[in-house]
Amino acid sequence: MKTIDLRGVSCPTNFVKAKLALELVETGGQVEFLLDDGEPVKNVPRSLKAEGHKLLGLKETEGYYTLTLEKGEE
Amino acid sequence: MSEDKKTTAIDLKNLKAGGFIKERGKDLFTVRLRVPGGRLPVERLKKIAEVAGKYCQGNVHLSVRQSVELINVNFKDFDAVVAELGEGDQRVASCGARVRVPTACGGCEYNPNGLVDTQKSALEVDEKLFGTPTGHHKFKVSFAGCPFDCPKSATNDVGFQGAIWPELNMDDCIGCGLCAKSCSDGAITLDDNKRPVFNPDHCTYCGDCVKVCPTEAWQAAKRGYTVRIGGKWGRYPLVGTLYATFLPEEQAVPFIAEVLAWYNEKAEGRGRVRIGDIILQEGPESLLERLRSKFPESVVEATIPPQVISTQIGTRSIPQ
Repeated sequence: MKTIDLRGVSCPTNFVKAKLALELVETGGQVEFLLDDGEPVKNVPRSLKAEGHKLLGLKETEGYYTLTLEKGEE
Repeated sequence: MSEDKKTTAIDLKNLKAGGFIKERGKDLFTVRLRVPGGRLPVERLKKIAEVAGKYCQGNVHLSVRQSVELINVNFKDFDAVVAELGEGDQRVASCGARVRVPTACGGCEYNPNGLVDTQKSALEVDEKLFGTPTGHHKFKVSFAGCPFDCPKSATNDVGFQGAIWPELNMDDCIGCGLCAKSCSDGAITLDDNKRPVFNPDHCTYCGDCVKVCPTEAWQAAKRGYTVRIGGKWGRYPLVGTLYATFLPEEQAVPFIAEVLAWYNEKAEGRGRVRIGDIILQEGPESLLERLRSKFPESVVEATIPPQVISTQIGTRSIPQ
């Protein structure tokens, strides 16, 4: 699974970077995003859901979060 | 008076709802335009620009209540300004002791935080209640789509805030924890098995949990407006207090009409006084009772008087 590290990237750049990364993934493919605590983990998952991707889970690792998702229809 | 003295012919009907505001300079007025919710179709904006180019002196002003104001307009041009704006379906707003044009945020159509259609509500209120004389003082209404409350609804005479009441269907929960992470108010925590626990006392009805939930386990059980009454700003500010929760969107107009009726009765003979100051004197109970009789599903059990904000300057005095 592809991992996109969005730590240290603030809103809305992190979301736009996530979108760009998802352009290279086939529909149904899984990706994980590493997100900082605070605004990024609050905002990015919700925005990706609103774009039609399927959120699969969120895992806390030392000081950051790993969001797993399945790419939705183009 | 000499016989050849010229008088200006002006259609006074145009002035009935107000919206023409005297400026400092001789003969000059501001013409406040009616832009409910601050949304302007581009074609109307073009028409406004055209009229402004002809009758203003180079500038318009954007008011704090989302209106475009044509400034430095000569009063002799009133009829022409009204007629030409009318070609583009643009009307003049109100001022004085009347129901003002409601303000609203972008609402739910494109703002991801929006929970209700504030733009639709603003248009309805504008259509049904615009310019209604209150008999006392100005009367402002505002619609915020969510508890972020960008329009500062609680500083209006009646302020509406979009709200949803979340409910969890545990069978659909995958225990991802996104809801707890998304909740700004500590209303959702996770138990030892990573299952969400809802603490309703902390919930502000923002719906972030519903929006982020990957499996739609969180659902909106109720949706509508949180309603606060009695706010104002100016010299002696008040913040409005809670009268209703989850008021259905379609009841916004009748709700305001009932508040207006109470205001009209209670402020009788007091002159220029805002509803918040009347509630400060009367207490909130009689208004609460009246609203409860009409909107029993939504009106809260009890409330508090409008909250006085001290500006540290001057002394508040309410006309008796």
